Amino acid sequence: MNLVQSVNNAMDIALASDPSAVLFGEDVAFGGVFRCSVELRDKYGRDRVFNSPLSEQGIVAFGIGLACAGATAIAEIQFADYIFPAFDQITNEAVKFRYRTGNLFDCGKLTIRTPCGAVGHGALYHSQSPEAFFAHLPGLKVVMPRGPNQAKGLLLSCIRDDNPCVFFEPKILYRSAIEEVPTGDYEIPLSKAEIVQEGNDVTLVGWGTQVHVLLEAAKIAQEKLGVSCEVIDLRTILPWDYNTVSESVCKTGRLMISHEAPITMGFASEVAAFVQNECFLNLEAPIERVCGYDTPFPHMYEAFFIPDKWRCLEGIKKLANY
Amino acid sequence: MEAAITKDDSVITAYRAHGWTYIRGVSVLGVLAELTGKSSGCAIGKGGSMHMYCKNFYGGNGIVGAQVPLGAGIAFAIKYRGEPNVCITLYGDGAANQGQVFEAFNMAKLWNLPCIFVCENNGYGMGTSADRASACIDYYTRGDYVPGMRVDGMDVLAVREATKFAKDYVLTNGPILLETATYRYHGHSMSDPGTSYRTREEIQQKREKFDPISTFKQKIVTANLVTADEIKKIEAEVRKEVDEAAERAKTDPEIPLKELYNQIYYQPPKDYHVRGCDITIQAPSS
Repeated sequence: MNLVQSVNNAMDIALASDPSAVLFGEDVAFGGVFRCSVELRDKYGRDRVFNSPLSEQGIVAFGIGLACAGATAIAEIQFADYIFPAFDQITNEAVKFRYRTGNLFDCGKLTIRTPCGAVGHGALYHSQSPEAFFAHLPGLKVVMPRGPNQAKGLLLSCIRDDNPCVFFEPKILYRSAIEEVPTGDYEIPLSKAEIVQEGNDVTLVGWGTQVHVLLEAAKIAQEKLGVSCEVIDLRTILPWDYNTVSESVCKTGRLMISHEAPITMGFASEVAAFVQNECFLNLEAPIERVCGYDTPFPHMYEAFFIPDKWRCLEGIKKLANY
Repeated sequence: MEAAITKDDSVITAYRAHGWTYIRGVSVLGVLAELTGKSSGCAIGKGGSMHMYCKNFYGGNGIVGAQVPLGAGIAFAIKYRGEPNVCITLYGDGAANQGQVFEAFNMAKLWNLPCIFVCENNGYGMGTSADRASACIDYYTRGDYVPGMRVDGMDVLAVREATKFAKDYVLTNGPILLETATYRYHGHSMSDPGTSYRTREEIQQKREKFDPISTFKQKIVTANLVTADEIKKIEAEVRKEVDEAAERAKTDPEIPLKELYNQIYYQPPKDYHVRGCDITIQAPSS
C-alpha cells in the first residue's frame, strides 16, 4: 500500500470498529484532494463521512464539540498550511479542556489529520511543516509517520487515544512511499521513538520524510567516511521519547537533528536543549541541527531550502571530525 | 470591472489572480515569468502563481478568505487619506463561509468604509458545490446589514455597469456586496480534473452558451461595432504577444540565489544572518 491507501485503510478500520466515529473536512466526500477518504462515504454513509464548508476554525471547533459530547471525530484540514485559523481553537479550547474542567470533560476523541511538508512545487502555502507550533501545547499529541506501515498503526493509535491529536501526513510520501502493510487492525504505541537503523558513532534524529533523507545520508557516511550512524524516527513529536534519544546519545556522544521546518525554534531546538542537559558529559561534539532556513518556504530555490542528504552528510562529517 | 474604476482604486483578490494582475497593469511577461519563477516576474519570481502584485493591486493571496479583512483595511487607509477611491475586495463562494469575512463586513459597515465586496460565485468551492457548503447560497444577502445585489458575472457589460454603480454608491454610503454569478471551466488546480463532482455536459453547456468573451464578441459583431476580421486581427496580435512572453518566461534568468534570504525583514538588525540547513551558510539578509 502507499501512504494514501494505508491512511484510508486506517480510517476504514476506525469507522468500522467505532460506530460513533465520523470523518469530515473540506472535499472529503468525493475522496479528498489526496484520495485519502475514497469509498468511505459509500461504505459508511453521508451522515458519517461528510464535507464541511471552507472554514478551518469551524472544522476544528466543530470537532472539539463532537469529541466532548462523546463521538470520535476525525477532522481533516486540507493542508497543514491552512491550519492556522484553527490554531486558537486547538490551543485554547482543545488542549486545555481536560485540565480546566478537572477531568469532567475532555475532547480526547478528536484527531486532526493534515498533509504537511515539502513536495517540490508547493511554494509558500502548500509546503509548510508546522509541527513546532503545536509542540508547545501540553495536552496535545503531535504525530508524524515516515511511511504507510507506520501511518496506519499510528493513526489508529491517535484516533483511539483519549487525548486530542494532530496527525501530520508528509504529502510527498502519499504516493511515493509504498510498503507491505498488514491489512488487519494494529496500533503502534505513541510517544515511543523507533531506532530505524542501529549505529555507534553518530545519532541522527528526524521524523516524517526526513527520516529517509537521514537514512540516505547515513548510508553515504558509512560507505565514504566509515561513520556508523544510528537513525531514530521520533514518530511522536509531543510528548517525545527523550529516553530513547538520550540513551542513544550516551552511546554515540554525537547528535544531529534534522527537519524541513525553519531552524529557529524548530523542534530540533527542544531536542537539543534537553539532550545537552541530560547527556552533557557524554557529548563529544556540539549538537548539530540541519534544518530549513529562517525564511518563508520559498517559491524558487526549494532545493536549496530543504535539508537534503548532502547537507545532512555535511553535518555528520562535522560531528565525526570534531 | 477595471473599466469602471481607475488605476487609483485598489483591488485585492484571492489566488485566482492572473487576469486581475494583467488588467491592473502588469505585462503578459510579468505574469508568465512569475509563474516560472524568473526575475522578470512581477514579484521577481518569489511569489509564484498565487502571489502577483502591482501598484494598487494587492494580490494574489493564498489563504482563502484572508484577503477580505485586508481589503477592509485598505479601504480604511483610502478613506483616512481622504482619497476619492474605493477598494474592490473579491472572494469566492467557498471563502464566503470563512469567519473573517463576516468580521470584515462588520468593520466595514461600522466605519463606513469605501469597500466593494465581491463574491465570485462559480458554484463550487474546489470540489464542493455551493449548496452543499453554504446554508444560504444567496451570497449577496449574506452581508446582512451590508446591502447587496446579484450581477450576471458572465455578462461583460452588466459587470461594468454594476461596478460603476457600486463605486458611486460606496463613496457616499459605505460598503456594498456584489455577488457575481460565474463559472469555472477547469478543475480547481492541476491536481483536480474537475469532473469528479460535476458532469462534462454541465461544463460544456456553460462554455457554449454563457462564455463572457464569446457572448460579448457576438454582441459587438451583431451590432456592427466591429467586424469579424478586426476581431481575428486582435486575436492574432494577442496570440503573438502571449507566445513571445511565454518563450521569454521559459528562458529568462532566475533571480540570484542570495535573493532567497532577502526581504524577510525590513532593515534587519546589523549583522542579521539567516541560518538554515547548509551549515556553511550564514546568509546576510536585506
